[in-house]
Amino acid sequence: MAYILFYVFSAVALGCAILLVTRKNPVASLLYMVMTLAAVAGIYVLFEAHFLAAIQVIVYAGAIMVLFLFVIMLLNLGHDYRQDIRGGVWAVLAFVVVGATAGVLARQFRGAEASPVFDYFQGAGAIDAMLAERGAVGVIAQPLFTHYVVAFELTGILLLVAVVGALALAKRKV
Amino acid sequence: MTLPLTFFALQEGIEIQAAHGPAGEAFSPFLPGVIILLPLLGFLLNGALALAASRRSSAAVREGTELDFLEGGRRPLTHWLPTWIGPGVVGLAFAIVLVNFTRMLGAELHEPIIRHYWTWMNTGAFSVDAALQLDQLSMVMMLVVTGVSFLIHVFSVGYMGEDPGYPRYFAYLNLFVFFMLTLVMGASFPVLFVGWEGVGFCSYILIGYWFTDREKSDAGKKAFVVNRIGDFGFLVAMLLIFTTFGTLNFVEIFEAAPETLAYGGGLVTAMTLLLLLGATGKSAQIPLYVWLPDAMAGPTPVSALIHAATMVTAGVYMVARTSVLFALAPVGGLSVALIGAATALFAATIGLAQYDIKKVLAYSTISQLGYMFVGVGVGAYAAGIFHLMTHAFFKALLFLGSGAVIHSMHHAFHHTHNHADPQDMRNMGGLRRFMPITWLTMWVATLAISGIWPFAGFFSKDEIIWMAGARAAGSYGGWFVLIWVMALAAAMITAVYMTRLMVMTFHGENRTGQDEARHLHEAPWVMWVPLAILAFLAIFGGWVNVPLEIHDSFLGGYGLLPMSEWMHEWLHPVAAVATEIQAANAGDFGHLSPFGGGEVMWAVLSTLLALVVVLATARVVGGFRILPAADSAAAEGFKKVLFRKYYVDEIYDSIVVQPLIRASRFAWKVVDQGIVDGIVNGLGHFARALGWIGSLFQTGTVNTYALFLAIGVLVILGVVAF
Amino acid sequence: MLTEALVVSAMLFVVGTFGVLIRRNAIVMFLCIELQLNAVNLSFVAFSRYLGIDGQVFVFFVMTVAAAEAAVGLAIIISIFRHYETVNVDNFNLLKW
Repeated sequence: MAYILFYVFSAVALGCAILLVTRKNPVASLLYMVMTLAAVAGIYVLFEAHFLAAIQVIVYAGAIMVLFLFVIMLLNLGHDYRQDIRGGVWAVLAFVVVGATAGVLARQFRGAEASPVFDYFQGAGAIDAMLAERGAVGVIAQPLFTHYVVAFELTGILLLVAVVGALALAKRKV
Repeated sequence: MTLPLTFFALQEGIEIQAAHGPAGEAFSPFLPGVIILLPLLGFLLNGALALAASRRSSAAVREGTELDFLEGGRRPLTHWLPTWIGPGVVGLAFAIVLVNFTRMLGAELHEPIIRHYWTWMNTGAFSVDAALQLDQLSMVMMLVVTGVSFLIHVFSVGYMGEDPGYPRYFAYLNLFVFFMLTLVMGASFPVLFVGWEGVGFCSYILIGYWFTDREKSDAGKKAFVVNRIGDFGFLVAMLLIFTTFGTLNFVEIFEAAPETLAYGGGLVTAMTLLLLLGATGKSAQIPLYVWLPDAMAGPTPVSALIHAATMVTAGVYMVARTSVLFALAPVGGLSVALIGAATALFAATIGLAQYDIKKVLAYSTISQLGYMFVGVGVGAYAAGIFHLMTHAFFKALLFLGSGAVIHSMHHAFHHTHNHADPQDMRNMGGLRRFMPITWLTMWVATLAISGIWPFAGFFSKDEIIWMAGARAAGSYGGWFVLIWVMALAAAMITAVYMTRLMVMTFHGENRTGQDEARHLHEAPWVMWVPLAILAFLAIFGGWVNVPLEIHDSFLGGYGLLPMSEWMHEWLHPVAAVATEIQAANAGDFGHLSPFGGGEVMWAVLSTLLALVVVLATARVVGGFRILPAADSAAAEGFKKVLFRKYYVDEIYDSIVVQPLIRASRFAWKVVDQGIVDGIVNGLGHFARALGWIGSLFQTGTVNTYALFLAIGVLVILGVVAF
Repeated sequence: MLTEALVVSAMLFVVGTFGVLIRRNAIVMFLCIELQLNAVNLSFVAFSRYLGIDGQVFVFFVMTVAAAEAAVGLAIIISIFRHYETVNVDNFNLLKW
């Protein structure tokens, strides 16, 4: 069952991603992005990352994409978008490069389950135990506020900086 | 300046003290370095005066005007000091040479005396010293050079007195004497070569002395360039000699030569032929004689000194100096003689048809140099050098005499503003009324050069022809017969053209013109006294080398006249080795003519023949009706060919000069501008093109940079994955 | 499922790259970069399922930083737009030689 769902979500994600890249209208691109995000959130759920799935939808799709939309609307784009996509040689070249990369990567990922990297980590069972003990949020919160608390605080400061920066940059000259 | 001079004098003094031996045994040279340095000092002083006078003189030279003080007023310092410095230093040098000569007469010298002054070059295997060699041969040359030079310097005082560049002239003349003395006194090939090149250079600056005239400066260039072609042969010969002997000092080479080199071998033949090439350039023989007639563009005393008495004899001296090598290479010696004889005849025929008095004398010089070459080529070194000496006397006399004539004619034409050529014999005639001393002395020289007893030329020319004929009995006999015939023919033609010159210039009617004739006058004493001295030498100068047989016959007054075989004995130590080698390998010659008859008979025959030719020519030419140059018809037929010097200059131009110019142009336009500049510029263009290609990547758009990022990632992934 | 997830992640990433290379609109390019980030997040989550919770924590941070970056990036684009009147990157070619 999970497999079927996984394939469905993957297909949606990939399909919307491709559509995203090829639409002329930036608003259309954006909406397809939202769909992709939702599909990926679904995959997260399948991987037992419930909190992240929620955050993905709320923050990423709900806030960041809305921000994008605000900006698109603010700049009044969406009228003359004929020249938006490069064509001809560019497309071919990009396709070749990107396709080659995809091929190489795909080839590399065969047999990932047998990778020796598995020896260094706790293993899948640890998550299930914690999940049962603390619930979906607690599973993230516990390492976040113990092991990674410094990074957490720094991220807070980063966000502050980002807010100030964005304000300063986007301010109209008064 | 005085410091080096004092140093040398001191050194000489010390040498004198040290080398003084019992009288009559050792020859101790007296200030040999000073002999060379005096003319150099003269050059420096006169040069300084010339520089001081330069502003005044150069304006006059440029505009061709005369100097202001000539019309009256005192001559400035710069124009009367050279009168004393110029001839003075050479006269002093001559005096010192005389002292050395008397000392050498008293001593019995068997080995040359070498005086080292300093080490010039020393690089391991190759070492050359600045050294002078004093032996009988160099002594003869020194006497001739300084003596005749002195007389010509004195003559120049009168001849060049009105020239704006007076101090410059004497500076150059003194420099020339310096280099010529270096040449004849050098103890090794490089020192000789310094003198060799130096006289070539001085020839250039003196021929092109009136450099504002394009033709004259071109003549100077021609002389230098043609000389250089010969110098190439000389240099290659020097290289060959160095690689064979490991040294370039004369004494060492000539000592080692008989053992090191095979008689008639390829190596020594090559050496001598290359040396011959050098000699033909310097001594104006076929094929490099073409510069000498053009060299008449220089002042006449220059022609007398350089192109009659001294520089052109350098080739003969060089062959005589390297006599050992030429004796070891019979082909080399034969070539020398053959070229000499051919040139003698060739030039004599050209001289028959020339109208410019100096050109006749120029071709005469070339012809007489041919005689000297025949002399040293057949192994008669004493005879060759003897003819060199007598030729210096009578040719210098002829040139100076013609200088007096030209001086007078120039004055006459100048006063009447006539633009005719003062050197053209067709404009002269009957000058003996106006210039009796010149006329008399020039006749003496003419008789001498024609080989009439008892004048100097008779003895020297006669001996050469005799020795050439004597060798017809040995190997290559046929060639020597040819040489003998050519020499005889040339002798006859010499008499013809010289008599023609005298008759056209001094006898008959005066063609100069009524007004001009009033201004014709004898030369001032500064000019005719040297003529007289040279005439004396031309008469009696030949009496120092009379073979015993002739001396004892009626030609020598049955032994009563003060003649002797002195020079032959004097030069014997120098020519001994060469003569021995020749006697050992080719046979002993010189006392029997293969055509029968003794020396006396042939001598009498030749002098009578010469006399007859002179009288006949005088009669014939005297009977010609000669018009002034402006009215004369151009030469036709064979006479035209002779007048145009067999078109040799034109032939050289088309065969050598024009192809060289074309090759030069090709090298310039195609190779240098086209290929070399093209490559260099092309490299620049290439760099720019590379830069342009690089610039194509800098589009400024993010997509491009992202693409390259992606390609980079792909590459890294590929490397990691595969 | 790990392999499949990784392959999907790779595909998403590649599509995102393609979008960056092919679009002229600055905002859409930015959007594609966000897609790339998402693909990487997916990869992290997939691994975390098998290796431990640290992967998910990392995704948390990635999302946070992506948010901050989006804010600032869009602010920059707005201020550029004020100068050029367009967001076509072809016009932002001051680095052109």
